[in-house]
Amino acid sequence: INHIVHNGGLYKRPFNEAFEETPMLVAVLTYVGYGVLTLFGYLRDFMRQWKIEKCQNATEREEQKDFVPLYQDFENFYNRNLYMRIRDSWNRPICSVPGAKVDMMERVSHDYNWTFTYTGRVIKDIINMGSYNYLGFAQNAGTCQEAAAKVLSQYGAGVCSTRQEMGNLDKHEELEKLVARFLGVESAMAYGMGFATNSMNIPALVGKGCLILSDELNHASLVLGARLSGATIRIFKHNNMQSLEKLLKDAIVHGQPRTRRPWKKILILVEGIYSMEGSIVRLPEVIALKKKYKSYLYLDEAHSIGALGPTGRGVVEYFGLNPEDVDVMMGTFTKSFGAAGGYIGGKKELIDYLRTYSHSAVYATSMSPPVVEQIITSMKCIMGEDGTTVGKARVQQLAENTRYFRRRLKEMGFIIYGNEDSPVVPLMLYMPAKIGAFGREMLKRNIGVVVVGFPATPIIESRARFCLSAAHTKEMLDTALKEINEVGDLLQLKYSRHRLVPLLDRPFDETTYEETED
Amino acid sequence: VQEKEELIEEWQPEPLVPPVPKDHPALNYNVVSGPPTHVITVNGKECINFASFNFLGLLDNEKVKSAAQASLKKYGVGTCGPRGFYGTFDVHLELEERLAKFMRTEEAIIYSYGFATIASAIPAYSKRGDIVFVDEAACFAIQKGLQASRSNIKLFKHNDMADLERLLKEQETEDQKNLRKARVTRRFIVVEGLYMNTGDVCPLPELIKLKYKYKVRIFLEESLSFGVLGEHGRGITEHFGINIDDIDLISANMENSLASIGGFCCGRSFIIDHQRLSGQGYCFSASLPPLLAAAAIEALNIMEDNPDIFQTLRAKCKRIHKALQGISGLKVVGESFSPALHLQLEESCGSRENDVKLLKRVVDYCMNGGIALTQARYLEKEEKCLPAPSIRVVITVEQTEQELDKAASLLKEAAQSVLN
Repeated sequence: INHIVHNGGLYKRPFNEAFEETPMLVAVLTYVGYGVLTLFGYLRDFMRQWKIEKCQNATEREEQKDFVPLYQDFENFYNRNLYMRIRDSWNRPICSVPGAKVDMMERVSHDYNWTFTYTGRVIKDIINMGSYNYLGFAQNAGTCQEAAAKVLSQYGAGVCSTRQEMGNLDKHEELEKLVARFLGVESAMAYGMGFATNSMNIPALVGKGCLILSDELNHASLVLGARLSGATIRIFKHNNMQSLEKLLKDAIVHGQPRTRRPWKKILILVEGIYSMEGSIVRLPEVIALKKKYKSYLYLDEAHSIGALGPTGRGVVEYFGLNPEDVDVMMGTFTKSFGAAGGYIGGKKELIDYLRTYSHSAVYATSMSPPVVEQIITSMKCIMGEDGTTVGKARVQQLAENTRYFRRRLKEMGFIIYGNEDSPVVPLMLYMPAKIGAFGREMLKRNIGVVVVGFPATPIIESRARFCLSAAHTKEMLDTALKEINEVGDLLQLKYSRHRLVPLLDRPFDETTYEETED
Repeated sequence: VQEKEELIEEWQPEPLVPPVPKDHPALNYNVVSGPPTHVITVNGKECINFASFNFLGLLDNEKVKSAAQASLKKYGVGTCGPRGFYGTFDVHLELEERLAKFMRTEEAIIYSYGFATIASAIPAYSKRGDIVFVDEAACFAIQKGLQASRSNIKLFKHNDMADLERLLKEQETEDQKNLRKARVTRRFIVVEGLYMNTGDVCPLPELIKLKYKYKVRIFLEESLSFGVLGEHGRGITEHFGINIDDIDLISANMENSLASIGGFCCGRSFIIDHQRLSGQGYCFSASLPPLLAAAAIEALNIMEDNPDIFQTLRAKCKRIHKALQGISGLKVVGESFSPALHLQLEESCGSRENDVKLLKRVVDYCMNGGIALTQARYLEKEEKCLPAPSIRVVITVEQTEQELDKAASLLKEAAQSVLN
């Protein structure tokens, strides 16, 4: 069943998003699995405490044993007993460019993941389904790399000063003009780290007496930025427009909690693509609400810039909307441009204000010149200004890969979350043992995948997450799909009953919760 | 319902941002064309660079650049992922090992942004209910880390150990009232090795004594002192001859002496390993581009091979510190061996705005004479203890004695013409 668009007219194309319900048996078994692990955890802790089992944790210094303990025992329970068992699925070291195929350093553990040793062998040509390389710009040869090499030999690697002091190079100004042109906004500003772009600019925009409405599943950087600003934070259910509208109405009608004074401003924080769910924000409805209730919209396009839209301009182009409707367009250069850093685009007054009052402009070192050059070259390539059609071809290739991959996985019977057009594909695993098993089995078959569990996801909804890339050829995708099919049968992962619950039928409950800084 | 509709109609929000006047001093950036090295072209004029924190002159070192080029050819530019998801490269592991070996600690951890290093490290250990004693002159990154941690902050006067001891004693008497709570409340002291805002060092030996007397852990921020103080550039612990295991956590950024980007924390594995799962800037952000990590490794190699550059740097700092004494109207703020000094007005002319304008005229005069300087920038409304407006003077190992003397005499002239 396709989701029926009820705000007909706002959406110019079908919006197909689905989150299949967890089968009851699977949920029960998952809880049982975690229960068993917890019991064993207590048993092992008991044995470690009574010295029956050797304790391999690092410990406090002898001279400082009578200090207040640095960590609570309970904080690390999950770390010691659950995370440690499957620790080899993460932090896998690689030693080549993170393109469609990657070389990994082999590591083994002889004491159940407490320590790793490198055998010195390199596992070559692993199909990389974990790196955020949407348009395939993670390359070590070609126009982008040559341009970056030239700038590196001319400018050096570092800058050693902040933007407001002596760190504003002509390269940075060139980049900012280009980003503004790419997004279709008046002006833009670039920063050295995507995480820091959020955590340092949201406090500059809102403060005490303002209200932030943030999506349930927002990224840690948005949450940190909202907390540091000192504004009141209220959370609405993920991508749920009725929840958002209710919060907006309540906020304007009732005002601030104790004093009943009206709010100074309301800022809505949403992301373009949510990286754990694979869902796309309902931007037309959000913009309609924002206009009706006179609030401001902060759109974090970390994963969607370059990956959505017919020419890669992001989620605004995907829905055919006007970029001027979004007050603050934020994004990162790490994913689709193969570089590092973040940007904010918007009206000239906004950017002038940020140039003066952003924490990053005053206290943080500016971007490294070769990284800036990589962004400039890749952005020009996407826009077609380098004289080739390579950029457009890549954007189309990514869209095709996305559709093909998702369709095939659904046909095989896996539960896949998210929107049909999102290049982030979460495949549900649920049970804790399968998290480790899936990662290891896929690696044996030379495919690198990313698995995530608690606390990045709710406790029973652990998943494997595939990130598609324009650099993946059809052969690579077919190989990967074949192996996923095999492993899916081996681990019994094909939970889907092809019963998609339309999102409108999900009951909307009245609970809203807020967080205040007192 | 009618009333609600009316309220919604009537409510008018503030504009998203207030307008910024065109002549705001922080709005018009200096534009540097070309690399920000020893000879720098600012706003079209060629000057000697006294404003970039390029202490060891490694920004245009050929060996560093070729190491970065080799890394660029092998890995490309970006890492396309956080450390947990295929973003860990062998260069990162190598850099962490090298830093730990250089600083003689067990382990080191790298961040991709200097500001985020201490701002993520503090909230990983200090939570709501814990107590942190921090110096008044702590830099903004420390302040943001403390704000994110939601702990109780107690400020003590800059470098005043008596004030700190008073606060610690007060805390001790508080503890007696509620022993159960005191047993789980963690305590930390956060200080900088060489303070960015005042240019002086913290009295580390006394701090160590206080640490063991009152059972408080020390977090040391060494962004300016790493690669500057100490016989081999290991920072303030080498400068004072203190056992590095006595400091719980050392955090520094690689953007000053190492002329790269990013930051690192080093210490015992017991402490550092915790950040790999709870350091926000580490777990939720893409890792450092490999070419910058390779540049940092090469810079470390140079530091280890030429330990005499630190002496040379300190001698130059002493020289210019002496030369800048006695300028009428300006006073020098900072230790004689600190490579980042401040020049403040001896007498303020009433308002901060006017002071800033006056200092700008001094800076412009020097720029016209061929010495690039800058004012120290702060966010006036956000800082806890806002320092007075000042001109930042940075000494690097590449500046010759003639250039140092020229800078000193130009500043004297500027002060004469502008301030009298």
